[in-house]
This record gives sequence, structure tokens and C-alpha cells, in this order.
Amino acid sequence: MMKDVTYRIRLFDPNRDSEPHWEAFTIPYAPGMTVLDGLWKVKELHAPGLAWRSSCRMGVCGSCGMLINGKPGLACNTQISELHALTVAVAPLPNFDIIRDLVPDLAPMFGTHQALLPYVIREDVEERENPTAEFWQSAHELEQYLQFSYCIKCGCCMAACPTFATDALYSGPMPLAQAHRYNSDTRDGGFAVRKEVLAGNAGPWRCHYAGECSRVCPKGVDPAKAIQLMKRELVLDLLHLRKQGCPAPVAKKPTEIKRRDGVPDAPARTV
Amino acid sequence: MLETKGRPNRLGLWGWLGGGRWGMERYLYTLHRVTGLGLLAYFLLHIVVTSSRAFSQGAWEEAMARVSGEIFEVGEYLVFLAFAFHAVNGIRLLLIELGIGVGQPIEPVYPYRTSVDVQRPLAIGALAVAAVIAILGTLSMWGE
Repeated sequence: MMKDVTYRIRLFDPNRDSEPHWEAFTIPYAPGMTVLDGLWKVKELHAPGLAWRSSCRMGVCGSCGMLINGKPGLACNTQISELHALTVAVAPLPNFDIIRDLVPDLAPMFGTHQALLPYVIREDVEERENPTAEFWQSAHELEQYLQFSYCIKCGCCMAACPTFATDALYSGPMPLAQAHRYNSDTRDGGFAVRKEVLAGNAGPWRCHYAGECSRVCPKGVDPAKAIQLMKRELVLDLLHLRKQGCPAPVAKKPTEIKRRDGVPDAPARTV
Repeated sequence: MLETKGRPNRLGLWGWLGGGRWGMERYLYTLHRVTGLGLLAYFLLHIVVTSSRAFSQGAWEEAMARVSGEIFEVGEYLVFLAFAFHAVNGIRLLLIELGIGVGQPIEPVYPYRTSVDVQRPLAIGALAVAAVIAILGTLSMWGE
């Protein structure tokens, strides 16, 4: 079992450096140590000014996406032992500008995400804003978008995408997968609005299926699949073969269900 | 994409040329682009050569003489190989872009099985067909 592990970290301080540079730090290794744990150790022992983003430490918040030994991933759910190397090379996610050290500027990605209207769009605004009941949706309809709704917006897919590496106009896997997540939600009626963006140069036709976004996604969201399914929807729409229908209606309140005897009432609301 | 004030860190061409630790489809993606560029270069040269006939018989014969010889013969063979791969892989991409072979949305359970794994037989099949076409073409061109 290894005793020490060497971190090679790509550092960049905009107030001091003109170019990013690599520095090496050796820290003691402990079984179960994640790449994120190691970064904390480096900060504690060698580089107090080292900057990165992290929060939940359990692969949920999507803050700690970085390039780990040449592959985008979350530092918090990457075990050092699974890298099978004595050196851990850590760099900021490529294809995003560097704010400092390991902190990428994700604002452009979120700007694109926002431009693709990632929310349920319906004409009955009153019902959406002041709902009287749930919108009706079957389990099968839920399955059509559930996988894509697990996205934590970490940006690893954008860093792995070879098309996005050369083409700044391309929306990228994350925003496109999220656009498809809402397009395939039966409660949504916003396909026609999103199509205006999706059918253009920034849309899914720039994707040529290298598949890297799906391979690096830490949540199994499979953006490449979402993008291909979106292309199919766009083709079907062009041929007027896409299923057109009103967004899912409001679920009717059950009328023939009787409360069982002995079931206590819910406690009074406190807020 | 919005403008940012950080230090640019876009990979550029290295993003699709630098394979490194990536998967099979990444290499097919790169090869598809490289062969596409090769076919485009051939197409442009082809137009230049054939358009010389519009000037005179002499210009045409001179142009044909310039593109004859062993180097151009090998070049034509490489164009054929590029065609074999680009055409078959293009059909694979066409099918995938219509959602064929990538599977339906599923509940992601670790270890994740992505659409890239689902379409892998399609990729292997496309490579096999391209290889058969390339072998037949090779025998036809060089087998005598």
C-alpha cells in the first residue's frame, strides 16, 4: 500500500501569473482518500492559497468538477486508489475560462442553459403559478425524462466534448440534454419555443456523437443519448410526424375513494 | 455562450485530435473528421483537374499528366480507404441521429450503461463493413 501520493496541480493566479503552471506537492495517503480529501491536505500542508470549488462531498452538488489525470470528473467521488497511479494530476475543467487555480468560470454554461428555457412552459399560466392539483403523468411518461433530470450541472460533459473544444457557438451537452429533458416532459408545451434555438447553429446538429459526455457523466445522465433523441424529435417535427398534444392536464381529484376507518388526520400545518 | 473575463482554457483542435484515454467512439469521431477533410481536399483537386478541360484539350492533358504517377496512385488509394470508412460510419451516425440504436431513457444505476455502450455493436459492425469494402477495393486496385 502506498504511503504518499504526489499531487501535480495546475495553478493560475490572475493577479500574479501570466500563464498557468504546474506545481507538485507530496502528501500522506490514507485508505479511502478521495481526490478532494487530498486537495484539502495539500491546502493544509503546502499551499494555503490553493483555490477550488466544493461543497457537498458526496457527488450531489456538482461543484468539484475538475480534470483528474486527464479525465473530467468529480473530485469528491473519485478515489485516489481507483486512479492506479502514484501521481494525481489535477487541472481546472478545460473549455471553460479559468478564474483561479482549479476554479472554472461556469457562467457561460449556465447562460446557455438559461437560454434554452429549462422549465415547464404552459399556456395555463394561472394553474402553473397557483396550482390547484398535480398535472397528470403516467409512470411511462416519467421514464422518458427522469434519467436526464438527474443532471447536477457539474460541467464535466462540457469539458469532455471535442466539438465544444473547438466550437464556442455550440450549446454543449449539458444545456441540450436539459432542453430535451423538458421537451420530453408531457407536462411541458414549450417545444415550439425551444426549437427556435435548437434548430440553429448552436443546436444538437453540431453533435457528432463522440460519446465522451456520456462516458464522463458522474450521474449516468447520458447527455449523448438525450441529444440524439432530440434530433429525432426535430426530424419528426420537420416531417410533421411529431406527436402534437396539449400538455398534461390537471389530475382530477379522486371521487370514489373513501378514507379508511381509523386513519388519523394529518397534523395542522405549521407554515 | 456569454463572454467571460477569465483566462481562456479552450482545448481547441487538441480537444478532438488528442485521443489519450478516451473511448472507441472518440477515435471514430476524429477519424470521421480527418477522412472528411481528406475527401474534401480530393474533391477540390478533382474539380480543378476536370475543369481544365473547359480551357482546351492541351490543358486537360497537361493537368492529367501532373496528377499521374505513383504518389497520386497511392493518394487515390488513401481516398478510397477514407471513402470506405466515411461512408459506412456516416450511415451509422445517421441511424444514431434518428435515435436508432442508442436505446431508451433508463433509470441510471451504477455502474452506468450509457447509449455509447448500447450502440457499440453498430460501431463494430460499421467498422467490419468498412474493412470488407477496403479489402475488396485493395484487391481490385493492387491485387493484379
